[in-house]
Amino acid sequence: MSRIRFTRRLPAAVAVAGLALAVAACGGESSTSPEGTNAAAADDLKPNADLTKQSIQVTVWDGYLPEEFTKGAKEKLKVKDIKIALHATNEDAMAKLTASGDSGIDVAFVSGQYAQALNEQGLLEPIHPELIPNLANLYPEATQLSHDKGNKISVPYTWGTTGICYRTDLVKKKPTSWNDLLKPPAWADKKVTMMTTERWLALPALKALGYSVNTDKDEEIAKAKELLLAQKPHLLGYDDTTFGDKLKSGEAIMVEAWDGWCPTTDPKGNIAFEVPKEGSDLWVDTMVIMKSSKNKEAAHALINYILAPENHSWAAENINYKVPNKAAMERVKVAKGSLLGIKPDELLDGESIVDLGQASTKYTRLSTEVTAQS
Amino acid sequence: MTSELKARPASPSRGRRLGAFVFLSPGLTYLVVLLLVPLALVLSNTVFQRGRFGGVVYEFTTENFARLMDPLYLGVVGGSLRIAALTTAIALLIGYPTAYAIARLSPRWKTIALVAIVLPFWTNFIIRVYAWIILLSGPGLVNSGMAAIGLGPYELLYNQGAIVTGLLYSYLPLMVLPLYAAIERLDPQLREASANLGASPFTTFRKVTLPLTVPGVLSGCLFVFVPSFGNFVIPEILGGNKSIMVGNLIRDQFLKARDWPFGSTLALALIAVLLVLLMAQAWMARRA
Repeated sequence: MSRIRFTRRLPAAVAVAGLALAVAACGGESSTSPEGTNAAAADDLKPNADLTKQSIQVTVWDGYLPEEFTKGAKEKLKVKDIKIALHATNEDAMAKLTASGDSGIDVAFVSGQYAQALNEQGLLEPIHPELIPNLANLYPEATQLSHDKGNKISVPYTWGTTGICYRTDLVKKKPTSWNDLLKPPAWADKKVTMMTTERWLALPALKALGYSVNTDKDEEIAKAKELLLAQKPHLLGYDDTTFGDKLKSGEAIMVEAWDGWCPTTDPKGNIAFEVPKEGSDLWVDTMVIMKSSKNKEAAHALINYILAPENHSWAAENINYKVPNKAAMERVKVAKGSLLGIKPDELLDGESIVDLGQASTKYTRLSTEVTAQS
Repeated sequence: MTSELKARPASPSRGRRLGAFVFLSPGLTYLVVLLLVPLALVLSNTVFQRGRFGGVVYEFTTENFARLMDPLYLGVVGGSLRIAALTTAIALLIGYPTAYAIARLSPRWKTIALVAIVLPFWTNFIIRVYAWIILLSGPGLVNSGMAAIGLGPYELLYNQGAIVTGLLYSYLPLMVLPLYAAIERLDPQLREASANLGASPFTTFRKVTLPLTVPGVLSGCLFVFVPSFGNFVIPEILGGNKSIMVGNLIRDQFLKARDWPFGSTLALALIAVLLVLLMAQAWMARRA
């Protein structure tokens, strides 16, 4: 998933850390607003507004839209201008969007739980479905996402899940349970990796114990920690970025992985992906329209343009993420072994990771405690 | 009359001061904008609270400093100190003889040796670190070599040994170069005089060469210790994230936990430790 993919590039990470310091001082005041729901009411939008007078500022992850995107969209929509700004992480985007009353941004790409949080702060314009006829292209399942049932404030762009990515030729038994990772059998000892980004570090343990991935109960997190600490001596390492390479080289034979990152289409054909029987998560990256936007008609038109099958299929074809767009996915040639073939109803079995507010520090602490243990 | 006398010498000095200011201003601006202001921002963050999305809530708190005393974080800092100290000690043990040998080479070979020491710096740091994975991994070069003579396989990667190896490899040149400069500067006549007076080579080294190169030793140690202590790339790539150092902790507070105030507090603690070390080095170098 993109927020990780792009953070984990180290130069970017360093740059973000520097930026973070700078933004820290000027931004953030708006995050004092209460956590309760104060979603904004819908504006009156005119379906036949003159788009040539409106320009759109988008903020999106690097590499998440095609390079020639602005040119194509401008020609098609006849808007005055489209500008793209990039963010490295969700947090980066949140800092931009919450720092001042008007961020100057019309359309933002953020993950589902962040869209939900932005809405709770009253920063989002509700989606006007009548301005986005292409919403009809979405899978019915894509309107039932737990962070936003009915796509009231966000439109999904990509989605996926987390599971076990493994070498079919090196495992003695196909992994089916998170316990295969948490208590690796002797033949997999020290040949297993886990992700270290905190919520995904905890996910296998929480699911194996039958808890919610969104639990904020101390005793449940403590039980997960015990499992993770017991697992540590049997790990090759913790890895968010290069587990695919470790599988290919045979250093690792089972790893915790996001579906889009598991190299199942490797020509050797010896890598497969399995969502464990205890269940997993469902992540969604979405598009939202800011309440502060003065170009809301054009913003809706842009989202409608992206949802066109010939445009939306780009993400599946080029960055290997599943898109929640039935008409787009039908255009995509799914290679043998490709995880683009995971069905929407299977995805929807996953539990969405939601923002836990202050309780999320518990997961940070968990991850520090597990990794600091020697 | 008197006032004229006073005024006359004052005016060129004022001019000089102005000139100095003009010439200093680019450097001063650089320091203020890129060092003092960011430092002040970090400092001011430490007394506020975490915002839900990574911002800072401007409500005063001392909780961040209390959290520093948490055994969890103290343990991480202690572990980093241990790893950095071990790296520095080994770098000194390898670096001193190397620098000593280079200083005694003929000028032609000296240049070649120095270029060879500096050469790796021309390659990207991350790439050099990744190269160690190829060497040390389970099916890697070292283990296949060992297997060829019937040994191993050894677990060489993703442990603290791999971290120290990576740090040592990356920062050894920073030990060798100041040591070389210090040894090279030594007047050979001092060693000859010592020998003439009947000292054995070892005594000469212990009583003449070593004391006179202490400032080089101290700067070399500092140059290796400081970047090792704060490194977060090598523990991640070669340590397999299985042990974290204080640099990882700070990075994670900013990027993963969205806890900028506590990240700033940790960064401040890191700076404080390094300042103490710098002062100790300056004090010892003056005494040496």
